[in-house]
Amino acid sequence: MKTELEMRQVTLGYGHYTVMKDVTFKASPGEMVGLIGPNGSGKSTIIKALSRLLNPRKGKVMVGGREIGTIGRRELACLVGVVPQLPLLPSTFTAFEIVLMGRNPHLKLFQTESKHDWDLTRTTMKKTGTEKLANRYVNELSGGEIQSLLIARVLVQETKAILLDEPTANLDIGRQGEILDLIKNLCHGENLTVLAAVHDLNLAAQYCDRLILIHEGRIYSQGTPSEVITDKNIKEVYGAENCVYTHPANGLPTVLLSAHANMKNNRHM
Amino acid sequence: MVGMGVALIFIILLATSIGSVSIPVGTTASILADKLPGIDILQTWSDTSATIVLDIRLPRVILAGLVGAALAIAGATYQGLFRNPLADPYLIGVAQGASLGAVIGFLMPMAWNVAAFGAIPIFAFIGAIVSTTIVYLLARRGKTLPVTTLILAGVALSALLSSVVSYLVIFSGSKLHSIIFWLMGSFSGAQWSEVLVVLPYVVVGTTIIIIFARMLNVMQLDEEQAQQLGVNVETLKIILLAAATLITAASVSFVGTIGFVGIIIPHTVRLIWGADHRYLLPLSIMTGAIFMILTDLISRTVMAPTEIPIGVITAICGAPFFLYLLRRRTKAIF
Repeated sequence: MKTELEMRQVTLGYGHYTVMKDVTFKASPGEMVGLIGPNGSGKSTIIKALSRLLNPRKGKVMVGGREIGTIGRRELACLVGVVPQLPLLPSTFTAFEIVLMGRNPHLKLFQTESKHDWDLTRTTMKKTGTEKLANRYVNELSGGEIQSLLIARVLVQETKAILLDEPTANLDIGRQGEILDLIKNLCHGENLTVLAAVHDLNLAAQYCDRLILIHEGRIYSQGTPSEVITDKNIKEVYGAENCVYTHPANGLPTVLLSAHANMKNNRHM
Repeated sequence: MVGMGVALIFIILLATSIGSVSIPVGTTASILADKLPGIDILQTWSDTSATIVLDIRLPRVILAGLVGAALAIAGATYQGLFRNPLADPYLIGVAQGASLGAVIGFLMPMAWNVAAFGAIPIFAFIGAIVSTTIVYLLARRGKTLPVTTLILAGVALSALLSSVVSYLVIFSGSKLHSIIFWLMGSFSGAQWSEVLVVLPYVVVGTTIIIIFARMLNVMQLDEEQAQQLGVNVETLKIILLAAATLITAASVSFVGTIGFVGIIIPHTVRLIWGADHRYLLPLSIMTGAIFMILTDLISRTVMAPTEIPIGVITAICGAPFFLYLLRRRTKAIF
């Protein structure tokens, strides 16, 4: 079964505060879609709506062609997995136990984890380079290590769609590449639907097939990285001028900041 | 876990043997075994011994075990559900509600003996259920039950109720002594009829809680992650709160508000065996039962024939042991 994620004219908000209006997009299996936009633009809110932590005010949120409100929690957790943005993890569990919890939606009330669940957890931890953390308590781990664990957990969850909220924010440049390569390979190889909120425009341009740029509560632009990351869009949305270049190796857009001319003058004064 | 089970049986035997009339452990074991179906032991004991063991001591020991188990698992459940190490079974108003109910019961005319065990437990049970229901309704926001609001509503209502209790106690006149004793908790005069009322609550409640042990583990992450991992958080909260509250209410209605057990036993288990609820919950039941039977044994023997209120003993015996564990701790509690 394939699981596409879709929003049709969706309005999202908390209490009386409206975060986003008229959001319409679709992410299909085998496609890695990046959500980009300034801080507080609503990237995480979209992820919450697609995992039913937040009900839409208006419009329809669809998972696999069904309206999300009609899918039970457990079934939804078998379809859509989430890597949250650096949560606090309870100090009483080991890394292995945290990853094993990814099997929870697949277990019935009276079932306990089978040998299959344990083996899957072990191999996934090997694949994500977290196997040496297995017996450590999670309060002893660094932000980057926890992020890798959460990615292992979502893979153990074996969902058809994966939502990631800043999956590489706390990783060093080497780990960023490793994790994003792994996710991209799974996305293309296993035909998964991947939607990732990405802070770093360069990573978004390099790894995502399609980007959705959010600005002032609306989708400002969506399309291939070259269509979305342009001098004009970046200036409008982020207020940074003339900083889009072309990556020398693959021709994808690259964003490079130069220290502002005024700043230079001030320093010389 | 098997070891704890064996220890529990041994403690029951021991506690049933010790008392104003000392009966050898072997004899007690024979008297008890004789009652089991399919076992027939040649009677070598006096009928008086049998009566003391079966009708006086055993119901008291069993009731103490049940209450200890109930308070310990209820405490573990609240702590897990609220992700708060300070949570105890009385956090959302059970104890103060029961106290108020009981005090009202004491102040009623004596003719109200509706059941074999008198009116007090019924008043206390109603008080406990009414007060927790009020807390629940106050804390509810639409379809969700925010945990922090629940705790704060519980604390506020408890404060209100306990001041009403204090007021009533001061003006209770000749009943002052018995009210104070009830409030401090006691197993004296325990009967089989009480055991039979408490037992179903504790059995059903603990079974429900243990069934959801794995979910309770996932809940330790946080509510959002638990939902993303397929846990129906709001439903789970209501089921577990109801189960833990009912077993607590049933227990305190008969023996008074015994403190300390519900908060300390789960932490002791965490310090020794770890925090996985699938072990934590059953081990809390057994540890709680053993602890309560032992403290009740102390309370009725040390100053015999005077009984020391059990609430005094639980803290005097339990606190130093817990502090010792805390100092040499090997496992994280929270």
